[in-house]
Formats: sequence, structure tokens, C-alpha cells
Amino acid sequence: MRVPSVLADADVVARRNITKIKRVPDLLVFTTLQPIMFVLLFSYVFGGAIGSALGSGSGAGEAYREFLMAGIFAQTVIFGATITGSALAEDVKKGIIDRFRSLPMAPSAVLAGRTLSDVVNNVIVLVVMSLTGLAVGWRIRSGFVDAVIGYVVLLAFAYAVSWIMAWVGMLVRSPEVFNNASFIVIFPLTFIAITFVPLDTLPAPLQRFAEWNPVSSVTQAAREQFGNVIPGTPEPAAWPLQNPVLYTLLWAVVILAVFIPLANLQYRRSTSR
Amino acid sequence: MTDAITASGLVKRYGDVVALAGVDLSVPSGTVLGLLGPNGAGKTTVVRILSTLLRPDRGSATVAGVDVLADPREVRRRIGLSGQYAAVDEYLTGFENLQMIGRLYHLGRPRARERARELLAAFRLEDAADRPARTYSGGMRRRLDLAGALVANPPVLFLDEPTTGLDPRSRIEMWEVIQNLVKAGTTLLLTTQYLEEADVLADTIVVIDHGRVIARGTADELKAQVGGERLEVTVSDGDRLADAVDVLAPVAAGEASTEPHRRAMTLPVVGGASALVDALRRLDAAGIEVDDVGLRRPTLDDVFLTLTGRPAEDADDQEVA
Repeated sequence: MRVPSVLADADVVARRNITKIKRVPDLLVFTTLQPIMFVLLFSYVFGGAIGSALGSGSGAGEAYREFLMAGIFAQTVIFGATITGSALAEDVKKGIIDRFRSLPMAPSAVLAGRTLSDVVNNVIVLVVMSLTGLAVGWRIRSGFVDAVIGYVVLLAFAYAVSWIMAWVGMLVRSPEVFNNASFIVIFPLTFIAITFVPLDTLPAPLQRFAEWNPVSSVTQAAREQFGNVIPGTPEPAAWPLQNPVLYTLLWAVVILAVFIPLANLQYRRSTSR
Repeated sequence: MTDAITASGLVKRYGDVVALAGVDLSVPSGTVLGLLGPNGAGKTTVVRILSTLLRPDRGSATVAGVDVLADPREVRRRIGLSGQYAAVDEYLTGFENLQMIGRLYHLGRPRARERARELLAAFRLEDAADRPARTYSGGMRRRLDLAGALVANPPVLFLDEPTTGLDPRSRIEMWEVIQNLVKAGTTLLLTTQYLEEADVLADTIVVIDHGRVIARGTADELKAQVGGERLEVTVSDGDRLADAVDVLAPVAAGEASTEPHRRAMTLPVVGGASALVDALRRLDAAGIEVDDVGLRRPTLDDVFLTLTGRPAEDADDQEVA
């Protein structure tokens, strides 16, 4: 298969998916409303309590909002990545994948197009979240390049997670089952991490988990790149959190290496019933 | 005439369930094969194998001269597939659906657009062309799905239960569309559980049940297996029923049966309409008045019942993949 043809086919599939974002804006609205709700609830409900734990004394709420945004970004793009799985499960169920598979197109283009369009979706969501953050007092305190790297790391990690979701979505073949299953896995993963609370407030076993959890590293990467590390926070002891960008990208590469082949294999096997 | 589709010894198992137990088929170019069977008979599995969606455990097949197992991609260039459910994207308009498929057939952007317009016109979807497909009726979706299968003008077409779930009017419209395609020379393999549909559309019918071919032939040949035509006569005066049986004895090709409470008799005949005319003359000459008389040919329902020992609709097995 010639590479240009794969790209052309993937482009056609991605455009189809993006058309859906335009035609059914509810989907985008709800994927962004939930994190906006989290920003508001967390900052104003837990802000006082957790903010004091951050040790910044006065302005605890402000400090927490600064701390929180990177965690919300990480959680949001990971949830955004689940769209890949539910959309593919839906396509399998409705016979659209059968139609694609009966066409002389590049087989890998369907998944490539899907995951690419979900990056577009995540970019839109990140813009909305950043604006929300700005509204509650969050600021990027680093340079332009650092900030861009922060966003790229978030998107790259989410892109890798998309491929896990692609595989699972085609395996379960039911959008409802997929949504419930992914929620049960992703919720603990995004909470047992340094997304919403400082590491030292967790019980010891959870601290070990959180230190190696890539959700922590992607959060830490964003926090550092945006210049949101609260002054006086102790230097992290674990290697992944000392090298969050590297550790996160390593995860992304490993996930892609495993799940791109798995998802493509599943695509070739998948049938609607 | 060459065969556009051949299959030999197709076997497919799902665990312990045998979906296909060795199916052989051949469809001459430009003809229509009706694959008839109840739910769970294995019809869809045959279509999935021939359209490269599924690999058989054993057996081989060619479509448009290309080996399905060795070169699935080349097969995909030459076929159109329309499934049981309309596989259209609900959020795209009719035009966008067809244009997308055209581009995935690599027609090129301008040609894909042009082809989409042509098909929308041919399938009377022009007015709905720019509406999302989720606003379409069931019949419109099916037509759009069928149009999708025709984007690349494929020489071989697979239609898996193209009218299941359609109301009678949409079904007849769909039949007309399919008949026009066939006139244009497309080879068609059609699955159906409606006997009438196979009768109307197919040149040759293959009846499958539990993954095996249990009969094949033209609709007329299959009906002949069950027996020829029957003459049904209802006399006005029930007392003369026995006389009528005697009078018609020379016309009958076999034993007549009577239903005295309905004042009716049925007798096997040969010769169709001329037997009917002959019978009427004899009844008239004998002064026997009739309320109703008709020539009934066996239906495919009779065929199915004879072959499987049960009516087609009774099969309760679940369709396997």
C-alpha cells in the first residue's frame, strides 16, 4: 500500500468524523462541560482545604486553581481519547465498519482517520479548558515554547490512549458497554495520581502507584511546562516525576507500539455481529 | 457464459456452531442468484466470505475472476455490498455519504462528486441530497445504502436481505431498482428469507438450511419438485361435487381431492391454461355450475415446507455472524 493513499483515505475518514462534531455539537459541549464543572467544583469546594495543604498560606484557593488546571487538562484529554473507542464501537454496531472493509481503501486508514479526528476534538477541548482556566485565575507563567511543549505532551499522550480505546471499542462492539467499562478504568487512573491533590496527601501504597502512573507524569509535565509548580513544593522523589516529559513520551511510544498493531488486527477481524 | 461468482466447499465454524457445512455455488455473469433460507441458515456468512469480510475455515471462492482468499483487495475493487441494515452515516448528508465512498474507491474528488449526484438522481434522493441521512425514511436509507454499493459501478453486487424491515411499498420500489440494475448487466447475489422476493428477482435459487445447500434450480424447477399445477374448483351445488370429479377425470394428471364442506375440489393438472379451459368446457357441458375456478401453482412456501419439513418462517435459530 502506498503511503499517500493511506493518508488520503485517512483524511477522508477524519473529515467524516469532524463533520459529525459539527452536526452533533452536543457531544463536544458535554465533553467540555464536564471538565468545566470539575474546574469550578474543585477550585471552589476543595480549593480552601487542598490549597492549604499546598503550603502556600494565604491565597490557598488561588494556589489550588493554579495547581489544579494541569490535572484537569490531563483528565480531560484522556476522557477525550475515549471518544475513539465509543465512536468505533458505534460504527461496528451500525455496519459502517463493514462498509469500509468492503471498499478497496487502505485498511489502516479507518483507525488512522479516527484517531486523528479525535486529536482535533481534543485540541478544541483544550482551547475551551484553557479559556475556562484563564477565567478562574490560572495563568501560563512559562515561555511560549515551554507552553507549546506542554500542550503537545498532553495531546501526544491522549493520542496514544486513543489507540488503546480503539482496540477496546472494536472488541466490545457496543458503545454502552464501552462507556461504562472505560469510565470504571479511567476514573481511578485519573484520581490516583497527582492530578487533583499533592502526592504527599495520599496513603503510602497509593503514593507509589501515583508516582509511576503516567497520568501523574503527564500532569506533572503540563504543570512544569506551564510554570504552575507551586513555589516551595518539595522536589519529587520518583524518577518519572523528575523527568515527566520523557517518562510520558516513553509511555506514549510503548502504547502506540503495542496498540496500533492490536487495533489494526481487531479491525480486520471485526464484524457487526 | 463465465461464472462471475464461484464458491466451493465453504466451511465456517464458530466454536461448536457450524455456520456453513460445505457450500458450493456458481453464479453465471449477468444473472441473479437468490440465496434463500431462514434466519440462521448461513446466508449472511456466505455473503461475508464472498465479500472478503470473513475468511472461511475451508473452501475457496472467486469473484469476478479473482481469488477471494488470495487477493481480497482486488475483489473489493470489483464488488458492491449492501448489508441487512443500511450502513449509512446518519450525520452525513446523502451526498456526503456517497461522495465519501467514491473517494474511498479512489475515484478522485471531482468524479466522486459527479458520481454522487448521478446516483442521488437515479435513486430519487435528489431532494434529500443535502439533508443528514438520519432524517431519511427506512426506504430512503436502503436506497442510499444500495447507491453506496454502486458507486464504483461494480460488475458484481451482493445484497444481503435488501428489503428486510421495509414496508410493502418500499419493498416493491426496491425490487424495481434491483430489476433495473440487473437489466444493465450486473451479476447479483441476493439473500432473502422472503420466498416471493426470490421468485420475483432471481434467475436461480439456492435454498440453504443449517449451513447446507438443500436445493437449487429456477423457481419453476423448485416448484416442479413439489408437484405441478393444481386446478381448484368450487361448485355452486355441493351435491354435484362428486359429478364434477367424474367429469374432470380425463383432465386430471393424478388423484383429485375434495373438501365437501367448502364444495371444493383440487386436482393436479398439466398444461396450465389449456387444462383450465378444457375443464371449464367439460363442466359446462355437464351442466355443473361453478362459483370459482382457478389454477394454482405451488409457491416457494410449499417448496420450503417440502424440503425442510417446516415453513420458512418457523426457523427460530439465531443468525450466526
